[in-house]
Amino acid sequence: MAVWCRDLAIDRWRLAEGCARGEEADAAPLVLVEDTAHGPRILAANTLARAGGASAGMRLADARTLCPALAVRPADPAGDLAFLEKLALWAQRWGPWSALDPPDGLLVDTTGVAHLFGGERTLLADALHLFHGRGLDVRAAIAPTAGAAWALARHGPDAAILPPDADPCQYLGPLPVAALRLDADVILLLRRLGLKRLGDLDGLARENLARRFRNTRSAAANPLLRLDQIFGLRPEPLLPVTDVPAPLVQRRLMEPIRHRSLLDQVVADLAADMARLLEGLGQGARRLELGMWKVDGDVLVRCLEMAAASRDPAHICRLFAARLDDLDAGFGIELIRLRASWTEPLLLAQTDLDAAAERHGTSLAGCIDRIAVRLGGQAIQRAIHHSSHIPERAQRWQPPLADPPPSQEWLAFHYRPLKLLDKPELIAVIYETPDGLPRRFRWRGQVHEIARAEGPERIAPEWWRERSTVRLRDYYRIEDQKGRRYWLYRHGVIGDGRGGIPEWFIHGLFA
Amino acid sequence: MIENAQIASAAPSLSPLPPGLANGLTRGLRSSAGTPRWQPGIPTGCRYAELFAPAGDASGAGLALALARDALRQKAVAQAGAPGEAADHRPFLWVQDKAAMRLSGRPYLPGLPADLRHRLIHVAAASPQDALFALEEGLRCRDLAFVIGELAGNPRALDFTASRRLALAAEKHDVPLWLVRLDARHDLGAARMRWQVACAPSPVPRWNPAAPGPSAWNASLLRAHTFHPGQWTLCDGAAVLTAAPFNQPDASHTAPPDHGGLVQGSGDRSLAAG
Repeated sequence: MAVWCRDLAIDRWRLAEGCARGEEADAAPLVLVEDTAHGPRILAANTLARAGGASAGMRLADARTLCPALAVRPADPAGDLAFLEKLALWAQRWGPWSALDPPDGLLVDTTGVAHLFGGERTLLADALHLFHGRGLDVRAAIAPTAGAAWALARHGPDAAILPPDADPCQYLGPLPVAALRLDADVILLLRRLGLKRLGDLDGLARENLARRFRNTRSAAANPLLRLDQIFGLRPEPLLPVTDVPAPLVQRRLMEPIRHRSLLDQVVADLAADMARLLEGLGQGARRLELGMWKVDGDVLVRCLEMAAASRDPAHICRLFAARLDDLDAGFGIELIRLRASWTEPLLLAQTDLDAAAERHGTSLAGCIDRIAVRLGGQAIQRAIHHSSHIPERAQRWQPPLADPPPSQEWLAFHYRPLKLLDKPELIAVIYETPDGLPRRFRWRGQVHEIARAEGPERIAPEWWRERSTVRLRDYYRIEDQKGRRYWLYRHGVIGDGRGGIPEWFIHGLFA
Repeated sequence: MIENAQIASAAPSLSPLPPGLANGLTRGLRSSAGTPRWQPGIPTGCRYAELFAPAGDASGAGLALALARDALRQKAVAQAGAPGEAADHRPFLWVQDKAAMRLSGRPYLPGLPADLRHRLIHVAAASPQDALFALEEGLRCRDLAFVIGELAGNPRALDFTASRRLALAAEKHDVPLWLVRLDARHDLGAARMRWQVACAPSPVPRWNPAAPGPSAWNASLLRAHTFHPGQWTLCDGAAVLTAAPFNQPDASHTAPPDHGGLVQGSGDRSLAAG
């Protein structure tokens, strides 16, 4: 069964506003717009606006000249998609699984289900009745394949059902080629070729179609593929929507609480409940959300992410304790809800982790969690290689427990400093022009006499990534008279046509 | 008790040790003569060392890494006989506060020793308080090989109490801490060993005498629980840390030349034996 919500965005906006069809705000022409680089563009228009000349895809300025009384509201495509996902889950009442058909359609598998509703005709009537009851303007159709149902829902008669004994080629023949779910340019091409109906395509020799579209692999650009899918000659896998309920525990409080010690107690209870729930599921939480509903209707939310899956109540409480310091309870909190919105499989383990931590120390993941909660997730990181020969780009940072990407081994004869300054610091250097060794330099107000030096190691800019005016770098490994070892570079050479006298920088410190 | 009996029999004139005294510590008459001298490669039993170093070079961090690798090597040698012991691949934690990062930069992966490269976990703390918190959490973690801290100056947060907390945590969970103090006064602290570090002219490399050689430092042990104070010129050039007496007239000429990773002094054994 295919379902098409004709005005999904407008219907959703109307339901959010709480006004009936054609009344209140919907009684005037209204469009939903999104901002683009060329100004606002109309995504959806209600009935009156369409009658006034506005249609989806127009610029708002063009529509305003046709219909000056147009009211404008912002569109919410992400919200529409989320709504469609919820709708797909709800539509599983008519079949074991359902799939999204963005932006405004649903597909429900009703194979072998119709007798439960007393036949396909009553099933379709039931679906249309319930969708209309939700305030959605939909069309629906039932057919043996997803493609045929889609075509009938959009371009066929009302509540169409492909009869089991009818020939599908005959029945679907009069539908326009737009029913093939093709891209707009392919439809335009077919129309220019004079092919307007499915029956016209069917009359052609198959070889001619295959040769005309032999270069397009994508189904949305190849009419022959689509035709085969409609008639069931070629499989068409769909991605079903499944509902994964997030584990959730909550406490309703008889008296609103305003004090921290009571809140800590409730959080500890919730963490114990959550641990029991997750243990039953064999899961551990990676992200936890603690929502606190206040008496005045306000909601406070605190989020927590952990480096590895865990369900240890003491660990969760300790991490949340740092997050609850800046809470404003107002007149009191009356409902607290803990939700694990991201979980990962976690096998059963020993339970007294807190006592074990006192005796044997914490695990690495626990240590990282504690540091990240106080210092922030960006503060604790692991260095990884990156394939670049510019020194500061050869190292990147990633979360400490993530897997390192594969990398090549480093060349052993490249000497690299133990520490690299975040930003190379400008120094004044006396050196043999144009490109000789440095003799003396001044850094942070101190003069260093250079006793030994090795270089240059020339590192050219990455021309495939940077502009052509970036200068090369000549790196020198030097040691001054007190034995301090540094990594200097001269930025460019005299006469390279990319700037004046080259500057010197200090980039790294050797041990 | 068995250890105590052995020490007492070796030096009968020493007074009996009170129970709970740290390993290697001696007390009483003539204990000064019984106190050993530090040298690279001997087990120190020290879990918390402070290294005072100038911020304008990487001598503090370099020596801290060298000492930490030295300690890891001794541990590996001690555990080599025990069956079922795999090589130590636990990560290590490197904590820096903001001032230390600004003055002396961040650790650079290609410049780290090859056996530590894949094990680095770096903590960039915004303030000394946060850095001390991260250090203490790192010391409580059983999955870390060691912890290196870098703090600039004498922050108010690092008083004797904070220092003592670090010492207790390090000794309780047996995770060594090497705390590098950049441009700091020698203030009150609970570290078991305190070093003053500066760069030293490096030994001359064999193939290019005009180039800088392997890392060398002038290190002086200011205060130690179980060792005599002293001064050395330490060099991390070969596979192990080596020490030379400090008061050389010109260390760069008398130090043994760097053989570039060749085996030093093979003696009777074959070169293949390492």
